Amino acid sequence: MQKEGQIRIPSGCAITGVISKSGERFSGETAIRSIEPMHDRSNGLGGGFAAYGIYPKNRDLYAFHVFYDSVRAKEECEAALQTSFDVSAAEKIPTRRMPQITDEPAIWRYFALPYDKLLQSTGLDEREFVAQFVVKINTQIPGAYVFSSGKNMGVFKAVGFPEDVGRYYRLEDYEGYCWTAHGRYPTNTPGWWGGAHPFSLLDYTVVHNGEISSYDANRRWIEMFGYRCTLLTDTEAITYIIDYLNRRHGLSLKETAEVIAAPFWNEIDSMSPEDRKRYTYLRNIFSGLLITGPFSILLGFTGGMMALNDRLKLRSMVVGEKGDRVYVASEECAIRTVEPTLDRLWSPRGGEPVIVRVNEGVRV
Amino acid sequence: MAINYKIPEYDVLRDPQRCIACRVCERQCANEVHAFDPESGTMRSDESKCVNCHRCVTLCPTHALKIVKNPDTFRLSAYWKQSDIGEIYAQADTGGMLLSSMGNPKPYPIYWDKMLINASQVTNPSIDPLREPMETRTFLGKKPGRIERNADGSIKTAGLPPQLKLEVPILFSAMSYGSISYNAHASLARAARELGTYYNTGEGGLHEDFYEYGPNTIVQVASGRFGVHPDYLKTGAAIEIKIGQGAKPGIGGHLPGAKITDAVSRTRMIPKGTDAISPAPHHDIYSIEDLRQLVFSLKEATEYQKPVIVKIAAVHNVAAIASGIAAQRRGYHCH
Repeated sequence: MQKEGQIRIPSGCAITGVISKSGERFSGETAIRSIEPMHDRSNGLGGGFAAYGIYPKNRDLYAFHVFYDSVRAKEECEAALQTSFDVSAAEKIPTRRMPQITDEPAIWRYFALPYDKLLQSTGLDEREFVAQFVVKINTQIPGAYVFSSGKNMGVFKAVGFPEDVGRYYRLEDYEGYCWTAHGRYPTNTPGWWGGAHPFSLLDYTVVHNGEISSYDANRRWIEMFGYRCTLLTDTEAITYIIDYLNRRHGLSLKETAEVIAAPFWNEIDSMSPEDRKRYTYLRNIFSGLLITGPFSILLGFTGGMMALNDRLKLRSMVVGEKGDRVYVASEECAIRTVEPTLDRLWSPRGGEPVIVRVNEGVRV
Repeated sequence: MAINYKIPEYDVLRDPQRCIACRVCERQCANEVHAFDPESGTMRSDESKCVNCHRCVTLCPTHALKIVKNPDTFRLSAYWKQSDIGEIYAQADTGGMLLSSMGNPKPYPIYWDKMLINASQVTNPSIDPLREPMETRTFLGKKPGRIERNADGSIKTAGLPPQLKLEVPILFSAMSYGSISYNAHASLARAARELGTYYNTGEGGLHEDFYEYGPNTIVQVASGRFGVHPDYLKTGAAIEIKIGQGAKPGIGGHLPGAKITDAVSRTRMIPKGTDAISPAPHHDIYSIEDLRQLVFSLKEATEYQKPVIVKIAAVHNVAAIASGIAAQRRGYHCH
């Protein structure tokens, strides 16, 4: 059977996300219940969740979630990990045996920090060091796949319907202040666990509904900067683009959105001189990072969440608010299921980012 | 004309019963195929001069003329065809190169017609073009490695190295004035302006009438350095150093003196009637370090306001050459 990376998979999907601005932590049951009514937007070939604030006891350590296809892959990966990182804990991620979830790899979790001296000798910033390590494991150790690598957050994903995947990972036992979820509908899939969403690097996670037509242009550009698009899925490229613009170039999330879902040139040409200059500059400098084709994405990051549609809004996406909670989903039903009465519900315009952060002073 | 072995390609058939010897064919033929024989009072023809233009056939009032393929042959074999033998005789006779215009005279594949241009290298074709338009605007030029910000935190857009803005990602190939005509250059300049892209002067300088198209002009500096002066460099939107030859075959270029008329002589800055020879190499560039000197001479001459492009051919080892050029921090493109 061909795995992802050997075959290209165009996909349709369902996404949902919820965040508490006060930083209140709530169980994964909410995310599971929210994605469940959009069952028909997935076809059972991939589901996943990203959860923020779930590891408060180890909040300062990187939490690596890793799939292993073989004992040998585990040995190699752990050897590499122990060479560069002070590993505080290594454990199997608890799962629940279910008939719906089959062919599971070994799923491990490590809490670790890079060795100080090693980090200093590389001259890299800590996050860059960890990002490079993750890319190295995923490209150089066959059968090992790091699918989560941020602090105080985690990704849980598998082949199956998303509600089953959530229960398989016992997400009702975790509490986080922000959750995103994804149900996958690839039209042609070999079905591999690593290919499910969310895609992540460090604490950035992306769930995505749509199919971007700029994949190859984006891939060519981003691979010039040390990223390796090994899975041939567009969502992976989006994750790296956001990491590159937001973390490495220091663009704000709004500016990042202005690059990846930039307005059309004919709109830019009729803007005020200031806006025209900024948009022209960004489209010129980062021309290869414009994402075209239909998409709605939810970006999770430490302390917040960003929702973004393609500039034409070719995929549905709604936002709801109730008290300190903000909900984003492909369909309104996903929000109403967990919060029937909303203070406000709206459909953001194409290319207009909705950025929600926890309130100032909240420790995440 | 001296006796030769060439077989006339066509035969002129005249129906003596129809011909009234009106001499229309004689007057109309530019190649002097037809002649009147006063002794016999009949028309004669010299088919070796006929190019089958059909003017005599059309104008003959009694339809007495037919031009047909001459069935006469050399001694042929599967290897030596009529055209091969004929061309050898023609070349031996004239010493000239045999050229055909208007396409390929032989049934070889026309590669251009079979080429698929992949636009995704420069822009993103849409999956669903009914709903999502495809944009073609493209910028060429050096990009900054880091985003800089103003004191108020906004992105600093000033100070960007010079950029070329293309409304369609197509640049016209370089063809010099002198090798092509004034009108051809005028057409290229006007088309480039209308399409929002750039044409390229080639190495023959820029005719004074076309300075107004400067914002849509790429001025070339090639091995002959014809017509290069400060105003020329400053008028163009960008400067191209030609290292590798583009579509034209051969090694270097040779514009015969007959083509160096008054206007061409003035534009190229060479005496009228002299041959314009472009050597294959630049005689002051024998290594990448020398190239760097020329690049910076041109940048100095234009106060760092113009992008400098190095045109190289897609030859063996081209990747290393392109990378060497790019590493010197300037734009490049290949042909």
